[in-house]
Amino acid sequence: MGKTLTEKILGRKAGKGVQAGEVITVSPDYVLSHDNSAAIIQEFKKLGVKKVRAPEKIVIVLDHIVPASDEKYAQNHKSIREFVAEQGIPNFFDINSGICHQVLPEQGFALPGMVIVGSDSHTPSYGALGAFATGIGRTETACTWATDEIWLRVPETMRIDLAGRFPAGLSAKDLSLKIIGDHGAEMANYKAVEFAGPAAKDLSVGARLTLANMSAEMGAKNGYFAPDEKALTWLEGRAREPFQAVVSDPDAGFESILDYDLSALEPQLACPHTVDNVKPVGEVEGKPIHQVLIGTCTNGRLEDLDEAARIMRDRKIHPRVRVLVIPASWEVYREALKSGTLAVLADAGCVILNSGCGPCLGAHEGILAAGEVCVSTSNRNFQGRMGHRDSEIYLASPATAAASAVEGKIADPRKYS
Amino acid sequence: MSKGRVWKYGDNVNTDVLYPGRYTYQILAPEEMARHALEDLDPDFAANVRPGDVIVAGKNFGCGSSREQAAACLKFAGVQAVIARSFARIYFRNAINLGLPVIQSEEACASLEKGDEVEIDFARGEIRSPRGTFRFLPLPESVIGILQAGGLLEYTKKKLASASAASKS
Repeated sequence: MGKTLTEKILGRKAGKGVQAGEVITVSPDYVLSHDNSAAIIQEFKKLGVKKVRAPEKIVIVLDHIVPASDEKYAQNHKSIREFVAEQGIPNFFDINSGICHQVLPEQGFALPGMVIVGSDSHTPSYGALGAFATGIGRTETACTWATDEIWLRVPETMRIDLAGRFPAGLSAKDLSLKIIGDHGAEMANYKAVEFAGPAAKDLSVGARLTLANMSAEMGAKNGYFAPDEKALTWLEGRAREPFQAVVSDPDAGFESILDYDLSALEPQLACPHTVDNVKPVGEVEGKPIHQVLIGTCTNGRLEDLDEAARIMRDRKIHPRVRVLVIPASWEVYREALKSGTLAVLADAGCVILNSGCGPCLGAHEGILAAGEVCVSTSNRNFQGRMGHRDSEIYLASPATAAASAVEGKIADPRKYS
Repeated sequence: MSKGRVWKYGDNVNTDVLYPGRYTYQILAPEEMARHALEDLDPDFAANVRPGDVIVAGKNFGCGSSREQAAACLKFAGVQAVIARSFARIYFRNAINLGLPVIQSEEACASLEKGDEVEIDFARGEIRSPRGTFRFLPLPESVIGILQAGGLLEYTKKKLASASAASKS
């Protein structure tokens, strides 16, 4: 029997043939952390070593609460900057960079065949480019800094075969929500998810990043696409180092295979308070809303902002609604500035915020009051996540978010296409 | 290798029933943490658990939040191991990194009942009980090392200390 992409990548790192179920110890290519580096530094100091083992493998991106919103966060950022200087960590991205899950691909860290671990649950995003990438805990991040090693269980792989084309007004977010709604938030627990099938190659790198990002909400350890021409072209001029792309063998052992036809999709919403409480937009259409968030590591890329701008061009957002737009990185921000996309959104009445996680995790920049309803392009709608426990979050695509912003209520984006 | 009694539960034992969220930032002392283990699922557990006891459960054990206390409270309560049909992945990692053995065994979970006395041989990958012997894929040496050290932080400390001693000699 052949090997899956995950078995091949982990096997090469382990220096032997590996199969699903085995536990191996590997030296990762990169170890990501963000504002939580402050807490990781505290754990690292308990280990009794002065220096991190491989400073060049550590990537730290400040993105969660940027710029610092209070003294506590300011102190955290300060301690991280001091640690970075003291340890000689070259790959540090301060508050003018963006969300880690956008910055690592853009800056050429997320490469085919790489093993990347990160102390953030949406680390699987880098599978969009054919890397093995997974979320880990803070304690083990500290230990990995000290040892340059981490243990991993080789996951079984579930394959999702995609066919057809998205109807106008639909995108990768609708697909990911549909899959999670159909199979539940634990559908891929401890597994790898390979997105394949004839439609996979048609998807943009941005769409792949959205799906790999949302694989975390399927419970997956890692989610990925086979690195193809499109991925390799995207990486030209970005890749920091040579890499060896691998793909699953045709006779690899997949634990299960699901089929999805993109052509048959309707716009989807994840309703409060779980990501698998998914309904077609039609069932919730008309519900009044108070805030819209367009951004985050799930849907803050140029194509997402462009889609929102397409719907908002020559229109105004509803007077009762606040709309927050947060480009996923400063590269995206500058491109959207140059292309005029940000001007369209600002003219429509959107508030354009600096790149970062924004209010997605409920720390700052647009917290919800009791009774408020938000349509968000983010990835989690747990109770109280963006503010008061009696607020509500509906997860949606950028198009659905933009259409809802214009109408002041949950709206079907297909009428704008 | 020690003997212990089985506490049997179902599928999807989540981190909220393992260790309620209302205590996560309130309680830091291990023995106090142990007193709240599983209190919303089985109020008898914390009062009656004995060192060496084993939890046997169904699918997706430890699903929900990433809070490490959900594994720590069982360890501090003296639980020798958790045997389940499957574990939520973050729980699986947290448990091992905190020194709580986790074992996947469909057969053992199907056969064992509350109160059964079991003995676990980690090196051989065997659960021995009056209802039979159940095999499981033994954890690899590196992971057993983490468990024996009492968790990843201690394990890493020792490893680093011996590496630095070796480089000096």
